[in-house]
Amino acid sequence: MSHVLSLTDLQFAWPNQALLLDIPQFSLTRGERLFLKGPSGSGKTTLLALLGGIQLPQQGQLVTNGNTLSSLSAAARDHFRADHMGYLFQQFNLLPFLDITSNVLLPCRFSKRRAARASERYGSLEQAARHLLEQLGLPSSLHSRRADELSIGQQQRVAAARALIGSPELIIADEPTSALDYDSREAFIRLLFAECSGAGASLLFVSHDQSLAPLFDRVVDLAELNRAAGAPACI
Amino acid sequence: MHLIRLALASLRNRRFTALLTVFAIALSATLLLAVERVRVEARMSFANTISSTDLIVGARSGSVNLLLYSVFRIGNATNNIRWSSYQHFAEHPQVKWAIPLSLGDSHRGYRVLGTSAAYFEHYQYGRKQALELAKGRPFGEDLFEVVLGAEVARKLGYQLNDEIVLAHGVAKVTLQKHDDKPFKVVGILKPTATPVDRTLHISLAGIEALHIDWQNGMPAYGNGKISAEQAREMALQPKAITAMLLGLNSRIASFRVQREINEYSGEPLLAILPGVALQELWSLMGTAEKALFVVSLFVVLTGLIGMLTAILTSLNERRREMAILRSVGARPWHVALLLVLESLTLTLLGLLLGVALLYAGLLIAREPVLSLYGIYLPLSAPTWYELSLLGGILLAALVISIVPAWRAYRQSLSDGLSIRV
Repeated sequence: MSHVLSLTDLQFAWPNQALLLDIPQFSLTRGERLFLKGPSGSGKTTLLALLGGIQLPQQGQLVTNGNTLSSLSAAARDHFRADHMGYLFQQFNLLPFLDITSNVLLPCRFSKRRAARASERYGSLEQAARHLLEQLGLPSSLHSRRADELSIGQQQRVAAARALIGSPELIIADEPTSALDYDSREAFIRLLFAECSGAGASLLFVSHDQSLAPLFDRVVDLAELNRAAGAPACI
Repeated sequence: MHLIRLALASLRNRRFTALLTVFAIALSATLLLAVERVRVEARMSFANTISSTDLIVGARSGSVNLLLYSVFRIGNATNNIRWSSYQHFAEHPQVKWAIPLSLGDSHRGYRVLGTSAAYFEHYQYGRKQALELAKGRPFGEDLFEVVLGAEVARKLGYQLNDEIVLAHGVAKVTLQKHDDKPFKVVGILKPTATPVDRTLHISLAGIEALHIDWQNGMPAYGNGKISAEQAREMALQPKAITAMLLGLNSRIASFRVQREINEYSGEPLLAILPGVALQELWSLMGTAEKALFVVSLFVVLTGLIGMLTAILTSLNERRREMAILRSVGARPWHVALLLVLESLTLTLLGLLLGVALLYAGLLIAREPVLSLYGIYLPLSAPTWYELSLLGGILLAALVISIVPAWRAYRQSLSDGLSIRV
């Protein structure tokens, strides 16, 4: 089974601080939906920065989609992230001054590959955005509204459409449901699953809320994964 | 292209501060352009007012003062010169032509000039252009005839054969009117964009006739009064004039004749070369011009620093915006470029508004400036120099924008994708 993401002996510490992450082995298979849990301050955000190529590990190897990130230049890592990864954050992840469609299309403005894929699959970028938004339950009457005119739940669905547009291989979600109530959370996750399956994307869902864990294919506890978990938290 | 759209959308979102910044830049650009335009047009307007005149002669005072009152109708003469002095030099073998100028009266804010027919024949302005009549003829048939400058006729709505009453003195307060001796409009000059347009021209005899029954600056009453009809019957010879313009047979003779006039034993006179006096005027004005220019440059700098402050202050609250952009694939240089584009957009809008304000200002101020200072401010397209000043401001904005761009670049590198504020 091919891996979309694999870490081997990864170590990372912020400058002049104790080791924060020490992960001997971790991988995510293509199409898998993985729940990575961990309390606040356990290094989840740092791990996401490493996965996105924003930070580089001091030791170990990080292979994403067959590419060793540390062997790429900063610009190439930025390109790589834009082409292959979709991000979904806790909240406030839309640009409030853009309309919904423009927000969804943002990744296509920075990645020709994702723009080409979206156009190829749906005929045009606008149609791709419209399709994804409607699949996620946002009627076309809302598509020209400013992002800050939507409810938090609606904003999260727009952010999901943005992460999915152009079919990136990996969707990284960082506590995207923390602002939603339980019912909304579950409905949102099921929608996200459906769309990830449709796009053939793997999902790495990071959260401290374990109530959602049973919905996923696999659950990994960062505290168990990280040998440095006993060290004082630094972020 | 999408970065420009993003920059515009982001600015729209902060439209209040953006508008204030644009307005500050606009005002500073307007000031800089206005100073420049007034400077250039003042010079142009002064330089174009008189040509082909070799010497200007008046009572002894300063050369700039003589130039200002005789040609530009700014200020007043300190003293008159005798008619005999005029005659003496008008008949000088080196003098080709002489134009007597007699100032001191006015009509509804416009100066009245007493002169001779030589004025219409020899006075030249701009690029050796002679005066031309749009309507009618020069004065001469009757004592009480007036030829109007183009602006006087247009502004006051005068036509040929209209009768007008001149006033004694040039003050703005209520003046003694020469209402017993009205003048008939016999000619209207074509526009010249010089003080000639704002002048009423009458004969020297006409000036004499107006004041023939005046004593000690007051009109005579009762039996002392002399009517217009009586004046027509009299042989009127001026006793004094304000200044004279001389055209010489040869320019080379200018300095010799000038010296001769300055050393004239009949009365203390001053002869000036118009070009030299203009240079003296420029050197007087040069320091003030430079000071104004430097002040307006500093105002522009203040406007740009205002923009820098506004953008830098917004940077911290926009870290989330930067992080979102990074998460959707924007590289740090995209974020930096976004800030540069923002600065350039604000400056460009400021400059456009500044130019619009300049033209609005010119439209409003050109008439008062023309009538008060005699400076014609045309609504012409921006000159290359003005465009280069605007380009300089844009360039300065570009340089200044590197500061927030660099900070945003560094910030977006360290913040990565996950700023939580």
